Amino acid sequence: MDTTGTFWMPPGNSTIAGDVDSLFYFILYASIIIFVLVVGLSAYFSMKYRRRDGEVGKTDGLDHNVKLEIIWTIIPTILVMIVFVWGFKTYMYMNVVPKDAYEIKVNGQKWFWSFDYPEGGNSVNELIVPVDRPVKLLMASKDVIHSFFVPNFRIKMDVLPNRYSITWFEAHTIGEYNLFCTEFCGKGHSEMIGKVKVVSQEEFEQYAEDLAFSGEGMTLEEFGAKLYIQKACVTCHKIDGSNSTGPPWDNLYGKEEHLADGSSVKVDENYIRESILNPMAKITQGYQPVMPTYQGILKDKQIDALIAYIKSLQEDESLINE
Amino acid sequence: MSHSQEGHPKFLQHHFSDVEQQRESAKLGMWVFLVTEILLFGGLFVFYAIYRAWYPDMFHNAHLALDVAMGTTNTIVLITSSVTIALGIRSIQLDRQKDTIWYLFATLLLAGTFMVIKYFEYMHKIHLGQLPGEWYHFDGIEGNNPHVFFSAYFLMTGLHGIHVLIGMGLITWLIFRTKAGHFSSKYYTHIEMTGLYWHLVDLIWIFLFPLFYLIG
Amino acid sequence: MNKIPETHYLNAKKGIWSWLTTVDHKRIGILYLFSVMFFFFVGGMFALMLRLELLTPTEMYIDSDTYNQMFTLHGAIMIFLFIIPAIPAILGNFVLPIMIGAKDVAFPRLNLLSWYIYIVGALFAVFSLVSGGADTGWTFYTPYSTTTSTAVISIVLGAFILGFSSIFTGLNFIVTVHKLRSPGMTWFKMPLFVWGMYATALIQVLATPVLGITLVLLIIERLIGIGIFDPAMGGDPVLFQHFFWFYSHPAVYIMILPGMAIISELITAHSHKKIFGYKAVAYSSLGIAFASFIVWGHHMFTSGQSELAAMIFSFLTFFVAIPSGVKVFNWVATLYKSSISFSTPMLYTLSFLFLFSIGGLTGIFLGALPVDIHLHDTYFIVAHFHYVMVGGTVIAFLGGLHHWWPKMWGRMYNETLGKISCLLIFVGFNMTFFTQFIMGSQGMPRRYHLYVDAYRPFHAFSTYGSWVMAAGFFLMAYYLIHSLFKGKPAGNNPWGALTHEWSITSPPPEHNFEEIPITEHGPYDYDKIVAKSTLVEN
Repeated sequence: MDTTGTFWMPPGNSTIAGDVDSLFYFILYASIIIFVLVVGLSAYFSMKYRRRDGEVGKTDGLDHNVKLEIIWTIIPTILVMIVFVWGFKTYMYMNVVPKDAYEIKVNGQKWFWSFDYPEGGNSVNELIVPVDRPVKLLMASKDVIHSFFVPNFRIKMDVLPNRYSITWFEAHTIGEYNLFCTEFCGKGHSEMIGKVKVVSQEEFEQYAEDLAFSGEGMTLEEFGAKLYIQKACVTCHKIDGSNSTGPPWDNLYGKEEHLADGSSVKVDENYIRESILNPMAKITQGYQPVMPTYQGILKDKQIDALIAYIKSLQEDESLINE
Repeated sequence: MSHSQEGHPKFLQHHFSDVEQQRESAKLGMWVFLVTEILLFGGLFVFYAIYRAWYPDMFHNAHLALDVAMGTTNTIVLITSSVTIALGIRSIQLDRQKDTIWYLFATLLLAGTFMVIKYFEYMHKIHLGQLPGEWYHFDGIEGNNPHVFFSAYFLMTGLHGIHVLIGMGLITWLIFRTKAGHFSSKYYTHIEMTGLYWHLVDLIWIFLFPLFYLIG
Repeated sequence: MNKIPETHYLNAKKGIWSWLTTVDHKRIGILYLFSVMFFFFVGGMFALMLRLELLTPTEMYIDSDTYNQMFTLHGAIMIFLFIIPAIPAILGNFVLPIMIGAKDVAFPRLNLLSWYIYIVGALFAVFSLVSGGADTGWTFYTPYSTTTSTAVISIVLGAFILGFSSIFTGLNFIVTVHKLRSPGMTWFKMPLFVWGMYATALIQVLATPVLGITLVLLIIERLIGIGIFDPAMGGDPVLFQHFFWFYSHPAVYIMILPGMAIISELITAHSHKKIFGYKAVAYSSLGIAFASFIVWGHHMFTSGQSELAAMIFSFLTFFVAIPSGVKVFNWVATLYKSSISFSTPMLYTLSFLFLFSIGGLTGIFLGALPVDIHLHDTYFIVAHFHYVMVGGTVIAFLGGLHHWWPKMWGRMYNETLGKISCLLIFVGFNMTFFTQFIMGSQGMPRRYHLYVDAYRPFHAFSTYGSWVMAAGFFLMAYYLIHSLFKGKPAGNNPWGALTHEWSITSPPPEHNFEEIPITEHGPYDYDKIVAKSTLVEN
């Protein structure tokens, strides 16, 4: 199995990659032969029959040759039929989800991926799967159409807002692979990039437990800091004062925030909670109304942890203790 | 230039070699145009078919909200108008300009009647809130998404209505030109083409009527 | 010495008003030439700006929103304002009536109206540009297009209006070809350019209305929310994709068939050889036109349609490949025992054979279901359609423009500069887009403003290529404009070709022919007749 990648194809790290690649290379080589024939003959004729200076005369009247025409219709027809049948067989195999597949719920929304595991855990932008085990993805979108693409697995499937779509794969090498959104979904489309992390079965069990973890043994602030990364808040909210898609979190708590509708609001626990669950309710001046809701993704305790974390980023003590 | 030679009628454009060629071209052009019209409506018919297949019960319940009596009257009115415009074409072929004007006028009147009836139907629906999409606020129809039925209804009859209005404009224009003596048995392409267009408008209604008023 | 005739269509009437009210098909062709080329320039500038931004994986000088609006405008302008009208409206309008021995198209006033409709549609697109631009991509997929806050309506309305321009041009050509052929011009004596235009016109007339109604539905959905494409209201966003591709796949053939039509003319005229398999080439145009209507689903292999639908669309897709392949083989066979002149149009023709073969063959990859799943919406697709649309249509259009340029203006352009510019475009194009095949199959998704570092060398090389191509285009603009004023008079028949347009003066007289010509020989009877080139005799 090819796991290093070639000039044309990235490494193939799923069970179907080999099949897809063989068909790809079959078409490639057949195409090269036809291409060389067409371009080679054109070049040869162009040289051989180029017009010499001053030469003006009648040319050959040859305008058909039934045998030749039949040949160049039949051979390509046979070739494309081979490609079709081969392609269809592989496609059917790719579409039948093995019965014992491990099912993960995928949710696409502007502009991140979130994954729900059967054990109750949830991860954002990082899909963790066990190696050598079929994984079924049950996918839905919260807003517009997205598309789930892992080049190294050769799978791609649109993620739709009104129905579930399904795809599956079985990764056979441990490693980290790119996950792209390939259906244009707006401003952050090119940043809707995640990772698929293929780990051993034992490690996976550890992860599954970890993801279902609700912060025991950590302070709320530490848990919040962990969630800030894990739930991809970091994509849009910086903590070094710089502007991004959303307002920065440092020195945010307790200050008066100016809203797009002209009013202003004090940043307190309730405001933060509302902004997480119903982001469209109050839009900060100078920012686009693009934040997705985290209703159903974050549990109460996790929201509390994030609030504690935001509080801890306020350097002005007087604003916290007010 | 060759187009000023003797016996060359005024209405013959310079790039045609004879009247016959000009008339044939106009006719083919019109037919091709009618095909594009059918395809334009075709998109909406497909839209109708898909949603009806998805929500068969709702379509059945919603169609009861339409007034069959008014629909039937309108169907008869339009078919009659197709007859009168055909008679108008026949009159001009026989050089009876006066009759042509009367027939065209009758067609115009019938088209107007159609629009008036349509207006009352629309007003009634608007009053009840049986409207497309977000505007829908009627709650007497059972089934999922009844607003979809009214989206289809207003889009399709609306587009058809626009065609009737355009037709009325064309017929009015023909009446003036016939009065001015522009047409005769030798040259009546415009009347003939408008006639073809009018038959298409009629034909589309003949499909719309059962699809909206008589399903079930 | 060749001389420019004293009166011709360009100076028969004077003043800007005589141009704006003209019903002469040649003048309308020229009106289209200037307006379409203007938008080609605008679309090309967007392309260069996009490529420049993609030089680095991170934000270089424009933000994501601007980038998204730019690629939308690049696509929409190039497709609706440039490629679709380019060949039929410029070259078709100019030569089609002359080729069949007619004095004009069947409906000259409708022809002028088409141009005005084009301008109105273009104004809507420009309005969208100045009012902030749309960011949906030229495909306007719902529900993104119904929810984004950008100026979608004006650009969609623009595309809708442009559709009518296209329909009326098609309608005009169909009637012209049926009814206005001169005596002796039977169907199978028609130049293949006319056949290609006819097949194109059929698609324009049959497919464009469906796009029209789809775009109207999209506008209404956005304006008053009727819920057709909105899942929350019982609608289905994928339905839009079906409607859209039912038009837009045939539209791909509205773009490529005219290119193929030009190649059939150029390859015969510049190699003085009878076309190989006239009927096969003519019928394959109609075959492609027909097949184009039943393959739209291959744009949606990853949209979750049923396996059965995917299988049928994949199967049918391969059948579009056959007639296209047959055409290419026929052109190559035409070169056998010919007398090839390496004029600029011929260089474009040979470039076409090279580039279109790649464009066509890569289509086979995309028709094969499992391979398409990997390649869909990556740069492989971007490269594939640029090879077909630019490597095919635009190269053919440029070849045709150089071929008929002396007929349009009566003057020759500088052949040496013509060849250099053709070479620059050929090299630059391959640098820009062949790279994209590789990065696409390596997994680089399309419509990405920022990208993963691994793809950087490909993107950088592709951007350098775009500069080479741009140099070729600017050189071309220079020598073509220069030739309008300083070009050598070309004479009636600079290429020694046999179709009707070369038997009249360059530029042609106002009404094309004093006497309607009687067609006695076929358009490509180079085995029977020798027409001397008016360039050689100097």
